[in-house]
Parts: sequence; C-alpha cells; structure tokens
Amino acid sequence: MLTLPRAMVDAIVAHARRDHPDECCGVLAGSGGVATRLFEMDNAERSPTGFTFDSAEWLRVYRDIDDADEDILVVYHSHTATEAYPSRTDIRWSVNTPGASWLLVSTREPSYDEVKSYTITDGEVVEEEIRITE
Amino acid sequence: MAIEVRIPTILRTYTDGSKAVEGKGDTLAGLLDDLDGRHPGLRGRLVTEEGGLHRFVNIYVNDEDVRFLGGLETPLNDGDNVTVLPAVAGGSVEE
Repeated sequence: MLTLPRAMVDAIVAHARRDHPDECCGVLAGSGGVATRLFEMDNAERSPTGFTFDSAEWLRVYRDIDDADEDILVVYHSHTATEAYPSRTDIRWSVNTPGASWLLVSTREPSYDEVKSYTITDGEVVEEEIRITE
Repeated sequence: MAIEVRIPTILRTYTDGSKAVEGKGDTLAGLLDDLDGRHPGLRGRLVTEEGGLHRFVNIYVNDEDVRFLGGLETPLNDGDNVTVLPAVAGGSVEE
C-alpha cells in the first residue's frame, strides 16, 4: 500500500493535466517509506508517448535526495491516451529504480483522473492500493 | 592521475558497496577500461556491446552529461569528478 497526502496526489494530477497531451514525470522522496517531497521533472522527450528525466535536472535532484539520506519512493508519469498501467517500456526501465513504486496518471478522459500505483519486481507488475491522507 | 567516480546504488554490487571509486584515464573510455580491471562487469553496464554509451545510464563529467561533451571520447584531467546515475525513462508506447 502506498500512503500519500492528498495535496501530493493533487499536485501530480495537476502536473499531468498541465503537460497533457505530453507525458509528465517526476519523483517523490522521503524517509522510512513516507513521501515528503515531490520533484516535478522536465520530460526531456516532450512527447505524448514517452518520457525521460532531463539529465542535468536529474543529477541535481538525485544529489539533493541522496544528501538528505532520503529514498526515491515513487516514480510518477502520465499516459495521455492510454490507461494508467505500466507499458512494457515502463517495466523495462523500472529496474533502474528498485524499491520505488511506479505511479501512473491517465489523462485520456478529460473529466476523469485515473491514478494507480504499482510495484514492479523482476518484471512482475502488482497494483497497490493508494491510501490518501488529508 | 586520479579521478573520482561516484557510483549509484544499483551498480554498487560491482564496487563492493563503495559509493565512490578512483580510476585513471585520459578519456572516459580509458577510465572505464581502467575501472573494469578492478571492478569486473562495471564497464558492461555502462557501455553497449557495440561500444556506445548505454542509454540506461547517465554519465557526467564535472556535472555535465557526457552526451553533450564528447561521449566516451570526453577528455579527462586529474581531479575531474565523474558521476554515474541510472537514467529514468518510460512511456506509453513500445519503443
């Protein structure tokens, strides 16, 4: 189960809507499994079908998280024309962020935000419940 | 010539858990060859069989992505620092 404050989920959805029809991306970091910081990342691809963290920005953010002895808890991104389920590309890349949940937002429906989170271990995708705290 | 190389968590299996290792080389390619002598397998995670930079990692020299410098031919000098990070990417459509 992934526990997130409502403000953080709202911020991720707002980011996804703002960047639509391109995919958005970012990370949540924190200690002890509790996400306390959200980093909106630039999608270097600026694409409706893919994302790559901007490399210079990623170095700054990674150092910030590492220096604070925090963990990368969640990698989030949006799918703008398909469901909020990890693609084969997502699964392949997830090996680079072991232990992090992959949270997806689908913005294909203008009036419905589909938000789902998954653990991906050795290629196996398992949906996890998102518990939202106020 | 000593160059510090910072290794991300996912590659520390090749460095006995060390966060940073030292190596030498006049270019990034030379440095990676040198490191592979002491940390077998590390180079294979950074360079493809075709001899290009692996797209699953970012390598920075003095905080500049080497893709915007000279790639594997990026020249190195004593005291430079090299950082390796896992790239983060994905997307809805199969590449």
